[in-house]
Amino acid sequence: MSFVRTLVAVVISFVLLPLPSYADDSLSVSILYLEEKVSRPPVLSRLVVWPEDEGLLGAQLGVDDNNTTGKFLNQDYQLQSLIVPEGEPLAEPLIKALAGSPGLVIANVPKSTLLRIAALPEAQNVLFFNAREQANSMRSADCRANVLHTMASRAMLSDALMQFYNLRKWRKLFLIEGTHDGDKEYADAFRRSAKKFGLKIQYDKKWLANADIRRTAAQEVPLFTQGRKYDALIVADEQRDFAPYLLYNTWLPRPMGGSAGLKPAVWSSVVEQWGAVQLQTRFSKLADRGMTSVDYANWVAVRSIGEAVTRTKSTDASVVREYLLSDEFELAGFKGTALSYRKWNGQLRQPIPLVHPEAVVANAPIAGFLHESNELDTLGLALSETDCEQF
Amino acid sequence: MNRCFSPLTRTVWLSIVALCIQAFSVQAIADWVYVSNEKDDTISIIDTTTNEVIKTLEVGERPRGVTLSQDYKFLFICASDSDTVQVMDIATNKILHELPSGEDPEQFALHPDNKHLYIANEDDAVATVVNIESRTVVAQIDVGVEPEGMAVSHNGKWAIVTSETSNMAHWIDTSKNEIVANTLVDQRPRDAEFNADDTELWVSSEIGGTVSIMDTATQQIKHILTFEIPGISANRIQPVGMELTSDGKLAFIALGPANHVAVVDRSNFEVIDYILVGRRVWHLALTPDETRLYTSNGVSGDVTMVDVEKLKPIKTIKVGRFPWGLAILPAASIPQ
Repeated sequence: MSFVRTLVAVVISFVLLPLPSYADDSLSVSILYLEEKVSRPPVLSRLVVWPEDEGLLGAQLGVDDNNTTGKFLNQDYQLQSLIVPEGEPLAEPLIKALAGSPGLVIANVPKSTLLRIAALPEAQNVLFFNAREQANSMRSADCRANVLHTMASRAMLSDALMQFYNLRKWRKLFLIEGTHDGDKEYADAFRRSAKKFGLKIQYDKKWLANADIRRTAAQEVPLFTQGRKYDALIVADEQRDFAPYLLYNTWLPRPMGGSAGLKPAVWSSVVEQWGAVQLQTRFSKLADRGMTSVDYANWVAVRSIGEAVTRTKSTDASVVREYLLSDEFELAGFKGTALSYRKWNGQLRQPIPLVHPEAVVANAPIAGFLHESNELDTLGLALSETDCEQF
Repeated sequence: MNRCFSPLTRTVWLSIVALCIQAFSVQAIADWVYVSNEKDDTISIIDTTTNEVIKTLEVGERPRGVTLSQDYKFLFICASDSDTVQVMDIATNKILHELPSGEDPEQFALHPDNKHLYIANEDDAVATVVNIESRTVVAQIDVGVEPEGMAVSHNGKWAIVTSETSNMAHWIDTSKNEIVANTLVDQRPRDAEFNADDTELWVSSEIGGTVSIMDTATQQIKHILTFEIPGISANRIQPVGMELTSDGKLAFIALGPANHVAVVDRSNFEVIDYILVGRRVWHLALTPDETRLYTSNGVSGDVTMVDVEKLKPIKTIKVGRFPWGLAILPAASIPQ
């Protein structure tokens, strides 16, 4: 690998040297966008559509932004992309695509794939940015030294919502867990966060996905949510299968959060504070749709690379990694505070907006939840909670 | 009875006299402060004798940057969502015409020739130079992502644009309207200000929480200011607008959601005080005699008047929603 990289470095410098206007400080940075297409389970509503180009366009905007800056610094960023269908072997095309690149990869693949490719011998000098997978375990026992995370973990999302419930003094909760992949982990995250912020899950039920409730929600949901006293509900249904039909139909008229109602998100098209409108406008010009959490996680990964390359004047993945994990690194990401990476598991620290379809309700961390070093660390796995040993 | 009463009376008298003196000294200055209200599409005018809003004028959509012509006859207004710069006649408060500004103008600075306006176009990553007499675009200059702050040196040689996402101050040579240097600063640079003799450029970084002071001759950073306010978490300290006194002694720096203005002793770059003002303090303006500082407080929708000698906030004045830019018309130029 190192031989290949040296060879490529030689080739690149050979190509660049004759250019007269660019002095030796010019840098060419190739970033690889990697995606494994994942099929989604059928859901009740036929209007739930996931954009095909989700993630890719976030990374593309990041590259465009880096280039606008880069032209003043003789830096040129390109986005390569490698998108494979679900289950198809990824290792071989990945190794091929990495040949000659600085080894900076924005990964949009499920956990199992990510663990497999991060362990490849050819990937040991590669830096992966996990921009999609939310599994808490990847920030804990399954963390990998060559994987940083720009997507929030489920624990960060659930902590954000539970901080807000605590602020509103909604202390007795009704939790509903869905049946698809990830729902159990999301529900578990809420169980952990409720405990962390002193809330009590009074009712804990699993949704039975055996009927189309779109026409009978008004009859079924009140029965399902019967209970003597609860202040609010939480629903864990990441595919948005049944959660949207629960709203307004609960036994007690109570607010709901999680996968319906008040959603904790990495990003949403309703975020407008802190200059965010500029990012939203740039994105919708490029994509002709709103920016999602996955788009944002991809954008912020590419921007992290841009910032590291600009400040270190190096494209080497290990130099980039070292800088991103250092105290010097900070990034403005339209969230009102500087973003940085946690040294103990490579997770990007970031505020989590709590949104409904038309507005931001609150921004977590909620003021008043204190932390000894950084209030953003009240969200997600703190140093004392992680079993990550590779950092 | 008389004996008991007399000391009290003396105190009361003394305070009345003190109040009269204060009121009289206030009467002596009579400038007008123009405040743009971003979310109301209006401009409030504050009379500095009474420190009350005397007029509210309707202007274009989302007014942000405001600045006065050097002869104080016109007010230029960045109407960001109307994609134009409006020119208001100070004598009549009427909008005379609009300048071709490029898309989404946010801030601007007038060249000392009183002829060229340098405008930052936030959504377009360009800076536009407009001739205000012929009302034509003289140049458009590619800059970094989200240009924000704009400053022109007093000698007219330099125009500076800060770009928020590229984290740079771009140095434009005004003789050819080209970028000749770029200085990297901390995250999300906002305001840029030259000192009186143009030897220093100050740039505030909102998310970085710092102010970079550059040497104009080399375009290199020579000092970085940091801030610390007990009881306020570091990530709420977000430097935005700045004002430098012309005697070279003090600098005032608005700290955004920290709700304070930092006061810097420029002889040693030490922060000597933090003045509590309204919520999310945005921009600052000194009166022509530099005895008072006005601050626009975005979230609380008001303006704070600060006594520069005592470094104390004196009065809060309610204006429109989200006050943003400030421009001060000297007493002598107020229309009769």
